[in-house]
Formats: sequence, C-alpha cells, structure tokens
Amino acid sequence: MSYKASIEFNNLVKEFGDHRVLNDLDFNIHEGKITTILGFSGAGKSTLLKHILGVHHPTTGQVKVLGEDLSTLNESKLREFRTNFGMVFQYSALFDSMTNFDNVAFPMREFTNMSEEEIKEKVHTLFKQTALDDFAIHKLPSEISGGMRKRVGLARALALQPKIMLYDEPTTGLDPITTHMVDDLITSTHNNNSDIPMTSVIISHDIAATLRISDYVAFLEMGKMVVHLPVDEFRKSDHPTIKKFIELST
Amino acid sequence: MVKVINRPLEMLGSTVLDLTPSLGRLTIYMIHVFMWLIRPPLRLKLFFEQMVFMGNKSLFIIMLTSSFSGMVFAYQIYLGFTAFSVDSFVGPIVAIAVCKELAPVFTGLVVAGRCGAAMAAQLGSMVVTEQVDALEVMGVSSIQYLGVPRVVATVITMPMLAAIFMLIANTGSWIVGTQLLGIDEAMYFAKISDFMTVKMAIEGLIKSAIFGYMIAIIGTYQGFQVKGGAEGVGKATNQAVVWGMVTVLVMDFFLTAILAKVL
Repeated sequence: MSYKASIEFNNLVKEFGDHRVLNDLDFNIHEGKITTILGFSGAGKSTLLKHILGVHHPTTGQVKVLGEDLSTLNESKLREFRTNFGMVFQYSALFDSMTNFDNVAFPMREFTNMSEEEIKEKVHTLFKQTALDDFAIHKLPSEISGGMRKRVGLARALALQPKIMLYDEPTTGLDPITTHMVDDLITSTHNNNSDIPMTSVIISHDIAATLRISDYVAFLEMGKMVVHLPVDEFRKSDHPTIKKFIELST
Repeated sequence: MVKVINRPLEMLGSTVLDLTPSLGRLTIYMIHVFMWLIRPPLRLKLFFEQMVFMGNKSLFIIMLTSSFSGMVFAYQIYLGFTAFSVDSFVGPIVAIAVCKELAPVFTGLVVAGRCGAAMAAQLGSMVVTEQVDALEVMGVSSIQYLGVPRVVATVITMPMLAAIFMLIANTGSWIVGTQLLGIDEAMYFAKISDFMTVKMAIEGLIKSAIFGYMIAIIGTYQGFQVKGGAEGVGKATNQAVVWGMVTVLVMDFFLTAILAKVL
C-alpha cells in the first residue's frame, strides 16, 4: 500500500565541522501514521527532529515537510509554518511562570483571533481530551505531577490542531504506569484527530512503547538509516543491530 | 628569556581569540534585538511586567544606597572643605557629582547586580528546561518575547531610578550639610543654583539609559547562551553581573568624554 508522504528526507546529510551527524538519509514519513525514530544515544535522532522543525538546515540534500522545503523559507515564513507542528517535549517544557490554563491558551492567544471566552472553552475541551482534572487548570506546572505535566504539554501542542505531532522522548524517565498512560494518550490523540490526517513522529529509544504504538519504525545508527519498516516487519527483523537493540532493551 | 616574553603574548593572543567570537555573537544579538523591537506584535503586558520587576523591586535598594551615598559624600566633602572655609560648596559639589556620575554609575551597578543577574538566571533556566525551544517551535521569537521587553524596560526604568537616586542623594546631602553640620541653608541652595545646570542632570539620565541598555543586553544574552544544566545557569548569572558592572564602569569614561562634547 502506498501512502502520501508528510515528511520527505531526500539524501539528507548534516555535518557539524568535520563530524557527519546524519549520513545520506533518504526516506519518507507517511501522512496519518505514527512513526517512531529509534536509535542509540548519539545516533542523530534529535538532529533529525531539528531538521523537521527547520531549526537545522541540511548540509546537502533536502527535507520537505508537507511539500515545503524548509531551507527555502525565510524566517517569518518558517515561524508561520511551524504552527503546523505540535511538539511534546521530554520534560514537557511548560512555561513555569504561567498557570496550566495559560500554558494551553498561549498558542491560541499568539496565533488566533479567538476571544477569551472561546479560548476558555477550547482549553477546557483540550483538558478533557487529555484526561486532565479540572483542579489542575489554574495551578502552576510545578504544582502538578510529571505525568500531568506531560498531559498539559500535549494539550498545549494540540491547541492549534497541528498536522504533525512531534514527541521528543515522551516516556523517558517515567514510571511504567505513567509510560503506558502517555502511550495511550499518544494513540488516542492520533486517532481522535482522524478527521485531519495527523502525522505523529516520536523520537525514542523505548523499544516496548515503540512496538506498542507505532505504525512505522525508522532505526538510526551513527547517523545512518538501518531500517525503515512497518512495525510488524521491524519486530521480525533479523538485522543484527535491531536484534541486539531489542534484546538489550527487553 | 624568549619564554618570558612569549608567555604574556600567548595569553594576550588567546584572550583576544576567545573574546572575538563572543563579541561577534553579542553584536549579532544586539542587531536581532533591534530588528525584533520594531516588528509587531508589541508586547506591552510583558514590557510593563518587566518594568515593575526592574523598577518597583529595585526601588528600596536604590533609596537605601542613594541616601547613604549622599550623606557620606556630603560629610567627606565638608571635612575637606571646612579647612579652607569653603563649606558652602558642599551642596553644588555633591549635586554635580551625584547627577553626573554617582547616580548613573551606582544605579547601573545595583541594576547589573540585581536585574542583570536575574535576567541571566531566568532565561538560562528557561533554556535548560527547553521553554525557549518550546517558544521557537511554536513560531514565537524568543528574542522578541523574552529579550526585547527586558531590554526596553531596563532602558526606560534606569533613568527613572537614576532620577530617584539624584533626588534622595541630594536630600541626604542637604540633611547632613545643613541640619547636622550647620551649613547655612540659603547659601547651600544659592551655590547649587550657581553651579548646577539642568544639562548635568540630563547627562546623568542619558548615561543611565545607555547603561540600562548594555546591562539588559548582557544579561539576556548570557541567559540565552546557557549550555548545560544548573552549572551553566550559575556561570551565566556570574558573567552577567561581572560584565554588566565592568561595562558600566568602562563605558562611563567614554560616555563622559562624548557627552561633554555633545551637550
């Protein structure tokens, strides 16, 4: 089955000085699917994520997101384009001087002409969607648990109904129960927004979570693509690195 | 012998090499701040929040330092001048020194120590906890959202604080001079009006605005440059205070020379 590409990496090479961090990556991330980019630490996963966001530009090659070559956009166009993304950070990255309500309302206040009443309604909807209790709404991020912060981060990322959701190590440092909760949240977010074909990209080295929630897995090693497969094929892969990675992780 | 000569030269060369890229980055940052300053949206709420933080919370320490500076300065001048029976000059000497030098420099040092450090620490911890990245990913310029309001607020607040410093230091000097040391009050004010001009106070206010700009630029720049965790934040805070204070003292000399010609 062929899918429309949401993100295209065409012979992407990234070098920092003499050090080649990404080495000739050539693959597509399919629209409407959950793709996890797996790999050991230092494999180039975060650098790849920064290319998707247009923070880094390729040394050679091309990255196209929703058909746009980000390296050709000027700064203001790039900022505007970034409203297509929703990003959940490893440690949530909530603004600690704002309440959880203001954190979720922030993108709407910045980028829409919604009235405060409409924003309030939308924030409550997002809180419900991410299974957040109402008591957390007017608290500061420092006053709630790590799992709840993750949910607030997700609610904030969903505020502008992004076409692409990016998750940077969403389950790192979380206990198994919260990890499952975050996994469920990622899949339910992905499925509940099926009226817009949302593409989810997860940067992770959590093999169990990857196998549970992904449609596709791309495995990076030392900046090179080892495999990019549907999750079932990835599970059965007899590639020695993949086998070792799964073995060590489980 | 060669080693003795080479070593300081090597150290000088390495210092210059270390400083050059930093100065370049700082200059680029200053250009970015200017570019974002003139681009909408105007974030007035953030700007007023920063003004309250800068002004309101620095007010007590400015009042404290200015009152004692004025009093001690008047006392010292009196001790020197009374030997020559020219103690009526205490008023103008203190007024001129306070308005032209002490108010902008002391206010600058206090603001660099208090607000420059706070800016570096706040922004540094936002960098470390990816809050700055979150802003950028959302398409919001971190320089416009976090840097510009702090810089503008400091530029506007610093002359206000300096003006308060001038007023309180001169009041302190008046109390010590006339009420404590017995200088004739009419003579005290007459001499001030003979020697003191509005231009002198304006010079001090211009200086303090420029110091404010540099303190905020250095503080926010150091914050945005933080790498690593808590250690990086600590280092940036320290650098913001040290460079902020050094800049105030060094710039004071050049500004004095320039403003003496311009005003």
